[in-house]
Amino acid sequence: MTATTTTRTDARWAAVRAGLSRGWLETKYSIQEPGDVVWIVAFPVIYMVVLLFMRGSTVPGTDFALGAMVLPSLVGMSIGFGGLTGPASTIAVDREDGTLLRAKATPNGMVGYLVGKILLFALTTLVSLVALVIPAFTVAGDLRLDARTALLLVLIFVVGMVATVPISVALGSLFKTASQTGMLFLGSMLLIVPSGIFYPITALPEWLQWVGQAFPYYWLGLGARSAMLPENMVTAEIGESWRTAEMFAVLGAWAVVGMVLAPIVLRRMARRESGSTVAAARERYMSKGY
Amino acid sequence: MGAQKAPPPSGDVALDVRDLRMRYGTKDVLTGVSFTAHRGEVLALLGPNGAGKTTTIEILEGFRMRSAGEISVLGEDPAHAGEAWRARLGVVLQSWRDHSRWRVRELLGYLARFYAPYATADVVRPWDVDELMDVVGLTEHARAKVQTLSGGQRRRLDVAIGIVGRPELVFLDEPTAGFDPHARREFHDLVHRLADFENTTVLLTTHDLDEAEKLADRILVLDGGTIVANGSADQLARELTTQAEVRWTSDGRRHVHAVTEGDPTRFVRELVTNDLGVTELEVRRASLEDTYMSLVHRAEADQPDRSAGPALTGPSEQTEEVQS
Repeated sequence: MTATTTTRTDARWAAVRAGLSRGWLETKYSIQEPGDVVWIVAFPVIYMVVLLFMRGSTVPGTDFALGAMVLPSLVGMSIGFGGLTGPASTIAVDREDGTLLRAKATPNGMVGYLVGKILLFALTTLVSLVALVIPAFTVAGDLRLDARTALLLVLIFVVGMVATVPISVALGSLFKTASQTGMLFLGSMLLIVPSGIFYPITALPEWLQWVGQAFPYYWLGLGARSAMLPENMVTAEIGESWRTAEMFAVLGAWAVVGMVLAPIVLRRMARRESGSTVAAARERYMSKGY
Repeated sequence: MGAQKAPPPSGDVALDVRDLRMRYGTKDVLTGVSFTAHRGEVLALLGPNGAGKTTTIEILEGFRMRSAGEISVLGEDPAHAGEAWRARLGVVLQSWRDHSRWRVRELLGYLARFYAPYATADVVRPWDVDELMDVVGLTEHARAKVQTLSGGQRRRLDVAIGIVGRPELVFLDEPTAGFDPHARREFHDLVHRLADFENTTVLLTTHDLDEAEKLADRILVLDGGTIVANGSADQLARELTTQAEVRWTSDGRRHVHAVTEGDPTRFVRELVTNDLGVTELEVRRASLEDTYMSLVHRAEADQPDRSAGPALTGPSEQTEEVQS
């Protein structure tokens, strides 16, 4: 019995290590693929252009650079967007093309698959964050950049990933076909509206403020602002506080919900996968004629 | 006939299926499938499209829940077996677009890692990746992206993935569907090597009698949700082709009589005793291929009342007159 338990633990760890190598390889393949690179850097480039246009503008009523105000929110949003939309869309694709079925046919293959996904999206989100560093230089003078900033950003990145990737995996498992994931982008975009990223949340009607505060986008933005903005900018926030404890609590709650839901939904979905479901997906795809 | 006539279990039983049933809604897909497979045996599950081959194999792979029946795959019930069981099993899937960006060697290397903890004193797991690529003939494509492989190369990669963990039992569902004759032959060689050198049990499905005859030690014919014949190609030829045609001329008219069950001798004896004008008597036994083709045709016609079919199960005899 002890031997069996040892094997089981060994096998899990072997799968986690294999998953890490999977995440690394997939990141490598992804950044060699022009289509993917465009996708990873498209938003950062758009933000960069927006920030460059904001040069010289100030937050109304102050002499604080508008770009410096927006940049931290964009950092928070990029973490949320990368974590929420990426995994969901690839899971639907992987399900259709048989990647998930291979994982299922391999001992502990699902563990390796999930670990690989988390690492892949953590790394590609990092790449898109690095792309934001460039415009950051243009407003660096107005930002607060010290050891506290770095520590908070790393924490927010990690917590942000853990709070969003599992939820995204669960959502992706609910989609029947890859083409349905477009809904997710739409939903994600809608959630950004009341998130205080582009428009101060305090200027929104109160019910919309509550909607915004229910989702990770607002808290990721708030966290990034608390890390990068000077202390006196706190006056623009709800309750004139960075609410750091609340931020980690809400993101932590999302992480817990995701961690509980994702394996259940993923397992339920994967249970239905077999050679004939993949064959049916292929048939569907071929009959569309592209 | 069929399952009950299988040899009694001896040695290691890799697969034991008893009265497997599957029902989707009100449709019975499997109505009682029983068979066993021994260590190192190559079994072909042969049958027309829609006979339930894929359903059977997916249940055995643990990818589908059955409605009823007793199943033991490598000593465990696939519906409840764990990852250690999965590690002893090889499933050859038909690749399509999955892992298309991966390089051949990196994909095999990645999948091999999952099997290492399951090595035992008897079985070294996984295969050495370079050796495996050599066995399936992919060495020169080691650095190629999966999406650049030809259909045949890709299929060999599928086999390599299926056996990278040195499985004791391998499942192949319609392994050569869409193959050209050359690729098909290469693939057959590979399956033979697997069974001969590795003592691996192989269960494959096919709707091609020729393929089943070439590959399998034993052929199971699945029809109408049950096994209607079970044996080597030779045994099957004797067991299945009970159908015979008796032709003769009497009063200047040509007659054909189909004897669908039993020995045609009795019919012939009665015929020549009762009708002294019989000439040009001819008794022709259907070949295994004829019999199988009539089974396929019947399945394609999809007759609602299967017992009325002309070939295997119908006890009816009929005589028709033909003008010569």
